[in-house]
Amino acid sequence: MYIGDFKEAYASDQAVFVNTTSRFWLGVLFVLLLIFPFVAGDYFLFMANLAGIAIIGAVGLNILTGFAGQISLGHAAFIGVGGYTAAILATRFNLPFLLCLPLSGFMAAFFGIIVGGPSLRLKGLYLCIATLAAQLILEFVFVHWESVTGGIRGINVSSPEIFGFVLDNDFKFYFLTLVMVIICVTAARNLFRTRVGRAFIAIRDRDISAELMGINLMQYKLYAFGISSFFAGISGCLWVNFLKTVTPEHFPLMESVRYLAMIIVGGMGSILGSIFGAIFMTIVPEMIKTILGLLVNIFPTAMSFLFPLQQVIFGLLIVGFLIFEPHGLAEIWYRIKNYFHLWPFDH
Amino acid sequence: MDIFLQLIVSGFLVGGIYALIALGFVLIYKATNIINFATGEFMMIGAYIFYSLMVYLKLSPFIGVPLVIICAALLGVLVERLILRHMLGQPNISIIMVTIGLSSILLGVAEVIWGSEFRSFPPLFPRKPIIIGEIVLRSNLFYGFLLALVVVAVFMLLFKYAKIGVAMRATANDQMAAFSMGINVKTMFTISWAFGAIAASLGGIIIANIGGVQPTLGHIGLKIFPIVILGGLDSIIGAVVGGFIVGIVENLAGGYLDPIFHGGVKDLAPFVVLILILLIKPYGLFGTKEIERL
Amino acid sequence: MNILSIDDVSLAFGGLKVLSDVSFDVNEGEIFAIIGPNGAGKTSILNIISGFYRPEKGRVFFKGKDISHLAADKRAAQGMGRTFQNIALYHGMSVLDNIKLGAHTHLKTGLFSGLWYWGAAHREEIKLREKIEEDIIDFLEIESIRKKPVSALAYGLQKRVELARALAMRPKVLLMDEPVAGMNAEETEDMARFILDIKEEHNITIVLIEHDMKMIMDISDRVLVLNFGQALTQGTPGDVQKHPEVIKAYLGQKKA
Repeated sequence: MYIGDFKEAYASDQAVFVNTTSRFWLGVLFVLLLIFPFVAGDYFLFMANLAGIAIIGAVGLNILTGFAGQISLGHAAFIGVGGYTAAILATRFNLPFLLCLPLSGFMAAFFGIIVGGPSLRLKGLYLCIATLAAQLILEFVFVHWESVTGGIRGINVSSPEIFGFVLDNDFKFYFLTLVMVIICVTAARNLFRTRVGRAFIAIRDRDISAELMGINLMQYKLYAFGISSFFAGISGCLWVNFLKTVTPEHFPLMESVRYLAMIIVGGMGSILGSIFGAIFMTIVPEMIKTILGLLVNIFPTAMSFLFPLQQVIFGLLIVGFLIFEPHGLAEIWYRIKNYFHLWPFDH
Repeated sequence: MDIFLQLIVSGFLVGGIYALIALGFVLIYKATNIINFATGEFMMIGAYIFYSLMVYLKLSPFIGVPLVIICAALLGVLVERLILRHMLGQPNISIIMVTIGLSSILLGVAEVIWGSEFRSFPPLFPRKPIIIGEIVLRSNLFYGFLLALVVVAVFMLLFKYAKIGVAMRATANDQMAAFSMGINVKTMFTISWAFGAIAASLGGIIIANIGGVQPTLGHIGLKIFPIVILGGLDSIIGAVVGGFIVGIVENLAGGYLDPIFHGGVKDLAPFVVLILILLIKPYGLFGTKEIERL
Repeated sequence: MNILSIDDVSLAFGGLKVLSDVSFDVNEGEIFAIIGPNGAGKTSILNIISGFYRPEKGRVFFKGKDISHLAADKRAAQGMGRTFQNIALYHGMSVLDNIKLGAHTHLKTGLFSGLWYWGAAHREEIKLREKIEEDIIDFLEIESIRKKPVSALAYGLQKRVELARALAMRPKVLLMDEPVAGMNAEETEDMARFILDIKEEHNITIVLIEHDMKMIMDISDRVLVLNFGQALTQGTPGDVQKHPEVIKAYLGQKKA
């Protein structure tokens, strides 16, 4: 508990980590993240990479949906665009990984703006339906444009190489993922300290009066859409390079729903929530798999329920959190933190 | 020319059935302003329940259909009471996402109960194909269309003349005014969801009768979005006209373009149409543009 | 000097005629009130000036230029501030962020400088904070609620925060829609005092819709009376009060 937390300059008052204590714990977290790969087993290393890649995608979606209030059902498709771009640039054009990465982002952003652009003039509902159409159209393209995407077989890529280091196992890849997560999370958090982020929130809360305050709705919705798709593209590039392959079945509508679940469960309009949600929704499918695996002894066909059970649980999580805890895990976290800040006092 | 006419007519027929499912969506939207992403899943569950009644309980369709209507109504009521009631007053995007979650739940539950394999329906109608001039039409498409038309007509008459229909329209138009006229708005919501579920379920039975049933039947339900955007979200006429147009367009696209692209174009075409409509006439043919108050 | 000119404006929604041939001028530095019964079209006039509605007929001039075809967000950038009848604060942000949002058009941070933040964006934010603290937060006496989420504030304070946000727009003209609606006598006096201070210290022209007659008569320089979308009369508060049509519109006619 701390009392008497005075700030003497506006800069320190507006900082993200306002006092020494939180900066200390941030440092501890960083050290733990660095030590993690050395002590974790293969399985957890694999999961950590997946979670990190999901965090980047979730932060992107949260910027568009949680902060700017525009629902997107096409996030998985844009991740796919990033993934395919990365694969094609690496295998067809032999571009170095560090070039593929931002290009994947830009390609996804480009697609995002094309598809969403015209609908941005309208209310968010129409954008939502347009993103659904984009998702389905892109799914079709992934499967049928065989000359470019390799169709159902997809494309295989080799391990990425950065400055001579070949990231050929999960351990090495972890550090790339960690760096990218830190960059993306920081950039996103920065955005909301500026007028761009504020404009997004204004558009979500009351778009008409936002316009009368001088915000060009079309421009800022395009920004939100572009940034969100860019993050999706980055996430896709990392994913494809991690799994060393890209196929159409990685980017179905259900995956877009899983990303929506991430930000709903984690907390819409919260960067921290995106992190919680991404980790949570990466672990949940694994937990279901594990539980079903244990049940196989009693019910031999248990594993066939994996896919539908995932769908039921995703749906229940979405509905449950929206009804009971609309601000997600992030809110629960803040409640716990506040309790300890004020302890032993009640309020 | 033969093929062209064939495609158009069968597209028209299937469009009529789509119109019934789209009606299920519009009924709910008109009364409650809620976009129901789970419309397709309502459709799929209706088809599965009917299938189970026919195949496992060996009931006749004349008992089966009313039972499905009751079950669908129950489903609609449950969804409204248990889930949507709690979301009153929440921002629109939250409510939309709840229905997305709902569709996921229903999809998963259906697969858990009935498995993921494809099942074909026992025949409901006489098998002889209907021949009109040079055009050959499958009987379950033809009779299914007629049935759908009847149901749509019943709903439209209900809306226009029956007391409950008028009450629902009043609630859709202005909740406050309806409230002050003594209409129980909450009950109207529940009834709208019941009706919406019924319409979608009946449409589901008819569709499944043509093409069989599997959990992904709900994906056909996604086609209602091009239909209702084309027709106008809050227009019943729009749902019908939109249904016909989408049915014809997808048939033509499928007939002529599927061979080139090795399949899949038929299902995609409505969504390309959707994007085009959003560019040109976003409120659709019959939709009303909302005037915002500040 | 006319800072704002409404020229022969008409507006209709379908068959509903909201405004018919309304014309008036607002002089720079004055407090100009628009009054009239509910439904007379007052908010619609403000919405036309702001650019939210487009009139069927007529033009709007601002600082001598015809802005009738200028988009709403550009009008804000030109110096048109606005507060709303039903408070339009952003519940997802704190008081301070809401006020900062008002200054949106005066800031330069773009997408890329925002993502990077350290450097130009940071400096801009600090400068903005300083300006808001000195000019607005001190002035409106809202220091204690800076960091609070706006949804937690009492109604009167929310109205004041909305005014703060409008001031952050550095407006030349401030359009206020019922700024003291629902306030008690003390809160109304506070708000009236702020409005007068805004006019005098910052030389901002104010166009004001209100129902509180005492306040209108106390602080306005000139008044326009609207009834059923038409301008009944305009003039000083004293003149308007005595005008027989105005009395008839508000109080009805004496039974003969």
